[in-house]
Amino acid sequence: MSTHDHDHHGHEHGSELSDMQLRVRALETILTEKGYVEPAALDAIIEAYETRIGPHLGAGVVAKAWVDAEFRRQLFENATKAVAGLGHIGRSEHLIALENTPKLHHVVVCTLCSCYPTTVLGLPPVWYKSHAYRSRTVADPRGVLRDFGLELPKDTEIRVWDSTAELRYLVVPMRPKGTEGWSEEKLASIVTRDCMIGTRLPDPAQGAAR
Amino acid sequence: MNGVHDMGGMDGFGPVQPEENEPVFHEKWEGRVLAMNRSLGFSRAWNGDISRHAKEILPPQVYLEGPYYRRWALGLEQMLMTHGLVDADEFAAGHALRPGKPLKRKLTKDQLENAISRGSYERPAQAPALFKAGDRVRARNIHPKGHTRLPRYVRGHAGVIERAHGCHVFPDSHAARREEDPQWLYTVRFEGRELWGDKADPGVKVSIDAWEPYLERA
Repeated sequence: MSTHDHDHHGHEHGSELSDMQLRVRALETILTEKGYVEPAALDAIIEAYETRIGPHLGAGVVAKAWVDAEFRRQLFENATKAVAGLGHIGRSEHLIALENTPKLHHVVVCTLCSCYPTTVLGLPPVWYKSHAYRSRTVADPRGVLRDFGLELPKDTEIRVWDSTAELRYLVVPMRPKGTEGWSEEKLASIVTRDCMIGTRLPDPAQGAAR
Repeated sequence: MNGVHDMGGMDGFGPVQPEENEPVFHEKWEGRVLAMNRSLGFSRAWNGDISRHAKEILPPQVYLEGPYYRRWALGLEQMLMTHGLVDADEFAAGHALRPGKPLKRKLTKDQLENAISRGSYERPAQAPALFKAGDRVRARNIHPKGHTRLPRYVRGHAGVIERAHGCHVFPDSHAARREEDPQWLYTVRFEGRELWGDKADPGVKVSIDAWEPYLERA
């Protein structure tokens, strides 16, 4: 564990972990006995995030925006409405799509907590919620991107979006060269979660290997 | 409140360390904590801003230490106590010692979609907007003692209104009094150098979403 960032990777000392397991089990017992929660409903929430609601949804949105000019227009005009029209995503939070260009790169952060476009990306990764990311991204975004191995051209402006309200941001990366003629599905396979937060770029080599 | 949760611009937390092939939950209890939070949120035991504030008021050393969902678990316990839904002796016993109080509604498995989709926080306008896109504004130098969504790093700094988003539930009132108190919400864009000084990267801009009471004309 890093001495700087104790919440990194969510790991703790073994004794603390079992303490938390016991503590949370007791909490669920109390809430169930008092009739406040239904364990089967809790199972269903967890199952939904583990199997159905994840970055593949956002990847489908981005891939569609890459191939379908009319959808792309709708997405940047009103992302909430555009993704609701896709059917499999359901009612979204207030969503805003951000268009990367050769001169402008978007990065999303929540300095105050962990706001994240859950309906299209699922639950945020630990690094997004880490003290390191939350503290540095607004002051030194280029340095943070370097932590991800991403070095942008000096003349590319970086725009950081601090999610301080109930608006949620989805970065739409540029379609990389070398993906001409790819199917929407194959395009979606290279749109990783981090690309849609703005900390990485899609890598055509990843899709070509599939 | 000026708490440790307000992290924008702090130094010393080291590099960002992404984890390859990260699981959705690292431990089983994390998923249970998330689900209990969602379920009680659905029950309207409290609102999202009360829930955020419950984590902000954890002692700083507790907030900074341990995995993310530990904060959620501790915040949840605190809210259950302060809202009179669970008593301290029940936490000590690990069991309910008296029947539960009525909640507005209870999440059942068949209502799952309602629990995982979020409603809109936009509300009808109460008054005309004070600002429009292109206006120069300054984030007020205010230090509310309760929940607020105006980060410290922008306070006192000037920026530009980029876009108005209509009126939205105002977190400060929502957390303190459960009042929606809708206010105009704007995306405000700041130059990196305005926030971080002349040595900062000139090619960086930072925006926040700010409610009208956070702003004044610059």
